[in-house]
Order: sequence, then structure tokens, then C-alpha cells
Amino acid sequence: MAGHVSPKTTYYTIFGALMVLTAITVSIAFINLGPLNFPVALGIAILKATLVILFFMHVKYSSQMTKLICGSAFFFLFVLFALTLSDYLSRGWFVAPGGTAAAGTRVTIGVPAPDVEPTGQTEPGPEAGTVPRETPEP
Amino acid sequence: MPDGVAAHADPASATGFGGAGHAHAHHPALQHHFETLDQQHEASTLGMWIFLVTEVMFFGGLLMAYLLYRVWYPAAWAEGSLELDIILGGINTVVLIASSLTMALAVRAAQTGAQKATVRWLLMTMALGLTFLVIKFFEYEHKWELNHIPGPNFQFEGPHAAQVQIFLSLYFGLTGLHALHMVIGFGLLSVIAWMAHRRRFSPEWYTPVELAGLYWHFVDIVWIFLFPLLYLVDRAHQAG
Repeated sequence: MAGHVSPKTTYYTIFGALMVLTAITVSIAFINLGPLNFPVALGIAILKATLVILFFMHVKYSSQMTKLICGSAFFFLFVLFALTLSDYLSRGWFVAPGGTAAAGTRVTIGVPAPDVEPTGQTEPGPEAGTVPRETPEP
Repeated sequence: MPDGVAAHADPASATGFGGAGHAHAHHPALQHHFETLDQQHEASTLGMWIFLVTEVMFFGGLLMAYLLYRVWYPAAWAEGSLELDIILGGINTVVLIASSLTMALAVRAAQTGAQKATVRWLLMTMALGLTFLVIKFFEYEHKWELNHIPGPNFQFEGPHAAQVQIFLSLYFGLTGLHALHMVIGFGLLSVIAWMAHRRRFSPEWYTPVELAGLYWHFVDIVWIFLFPLLYLVDRAHQAG
């Protein structure tokens, strides 16, 4: 059978690396890096996942086809996140001529919703297409 | 499939084309629509990977919801993640990564024909998986006592209770789905361990061990992401 047999030391080394990375990510969680906490934690998680995929799941020694399938999972995950966020994150950016700033306030990131004053030109009441809920976080 | 035939199969016919004239001279695990065990192994592995891709998208939907609510309600996310027990979560991370190690060693033992070692490593993997689930149970129970289960009886002291409820919904959704995968993986491994105990596997054919390993490592990877996303990521901001 063509399966690649890794030496035991490889597995123990990878396990050691995963433990070290876990210790690092836990320690960093207590240090305030501002906006960097999230990317750093995510980066370490991606590194750990890569080690597991390459060595524990034998992708390093697998066929090109297996590598392609494995890569496609992360490609489609990226498409899911990127396209969805490109919509939601950009919603508060522009005010259409004649529109109200309120159109994007439901999804303005990290900024409190400005008080929506009915202008008289637009219909007062709940914004079209938005569900009235709790106000966004300050 | 008759028991124990695997060891008696002719090694020459196990790797070559069996031929229609003596359809059963080949390895008993070789299905007739494959030419060789290698080809069969490659097809099975590829099928498992395609299944894992669908699993990635399955969790991906929930992770997308997590991501979106997190950018909407960063303060509530910090509040909510502080409610989770970082020590229990950390122990569970170590337990699960260790179970991935024992799983990888079980696959290696099957590859090298070490039958008893295969069973032993599989049982250790199952024991570690069970440890994870027990710890998870106590975490859930603690949430239950505090009325932190989202729903009509949800109670939370804090300025963003409604949004923290969304965080905890995603916490239970993500970790619950993960725990369900652990339970399924535990059942899967018990079958594989039983097959290994019956000496079904050999260096020529250990595909089920390999596939169960792929599944188990996938579940481990999900937790590798859930742990920082749920327990760690906003801790420093709230404390500071």
C-alpha cells in the first residue's frame, strides 16, 4: 500500500508545536493588543490547523487531487466570509442622494446609530428593509 | 466478508489486477469496481475529503453568523467571552489535541501492522474524547445554573444582556454542533476499534482507520478555531 508512514517523532514534534502554540495564544489573550488581538488569535489558529492538516491528516504526502479538494474547502469558506462581509461592512459608507443616513445605520460598525429624524420627505416609522431591534453597540 | 481472511490473501494478487477468471483471488477488502487496493484507498480518501469540505461549509455558516454579530456587537462579545471558563476551555484544547496525536498514532500502527497498538491507541483516543465531553458537560451545567441558556429564562447582569444572549446562542450552537460531532466520532471509533480488535486491518488495507482519523482530526481543527474565537479573543479588551 502506497500510504506514507511518518516516523513517530514527527507526530510527537507536531504535538509539541501545537501545545506551544496553544500556550502562546492563551498568553496573548491576556495582553491588550487593541485591534490586533483578533488577527493574531486567528493567525495562530490557522497555523495550528495547517500543522494538523499537513501532518496528522497526511495531506503533505497526499495526491494533488486530495490537496486540491482540501484547498477548495478554505477557498469557499473565504468566498462565504469575504462576499458577506463586503456587503455588511460597507453598508453605512454612502448616503444615496435624497436618501437618509438611517438606511445604513443598522449595520454601521461600532458607531452608535444617529437619531433618525423624519425629514418629511421620507416615510416616518421603521426603515424599509430593516428590522427594528436593539440599538447597535456604542 | 469472512473473518480473518485478510492475513491469508496473496500479496501478489492484492496489488495487481485480479482478473475475471478468479474473482476472489485478490484481497477480500478489494471491491470489484477497483483495480487495486491503492486505487480504492485513493478513491475512499478523496470521498472522505469531499465530505469534510461540506462539513467545513456546515460550520462555516455558523462561523459567518459569529463573525457578523461580532462586528456588530464587539462590547457584548467581550462581555460574553469573559463568562466562559478559560481554564476548562484550555484543558479541553489540550485534551483534544492529545486525542489527535493518539489518533495519528493509531493510524500509524495500522499502517505498520501493529494490531494491538492500533486498538490501544484507538481506545486512548476514545478515552480522551470522552474526557472532553465530560468537561463540556460540566461547562454547560454551570451555564444552566446561572440561567445563561438563551431562551425565556435567560438572565444576564450587564449593559448588553440582549446581545450577550446572541453570543451565548452562537456559543451553544457552535460548541453543541462540535460536541455532536465528537459523539458521532466516538461511535465511529468504537466500531473501528472493534474491527481492529478482530484483526480486520493490515498494512495492505487500513482505509477505515485512516478515514476515521481524518474525521477525528477535522473535529479537532474545528475546536482549534472555536477555542480562540469563543474563549480568548476579546478577553484583554474587557479586562483592560
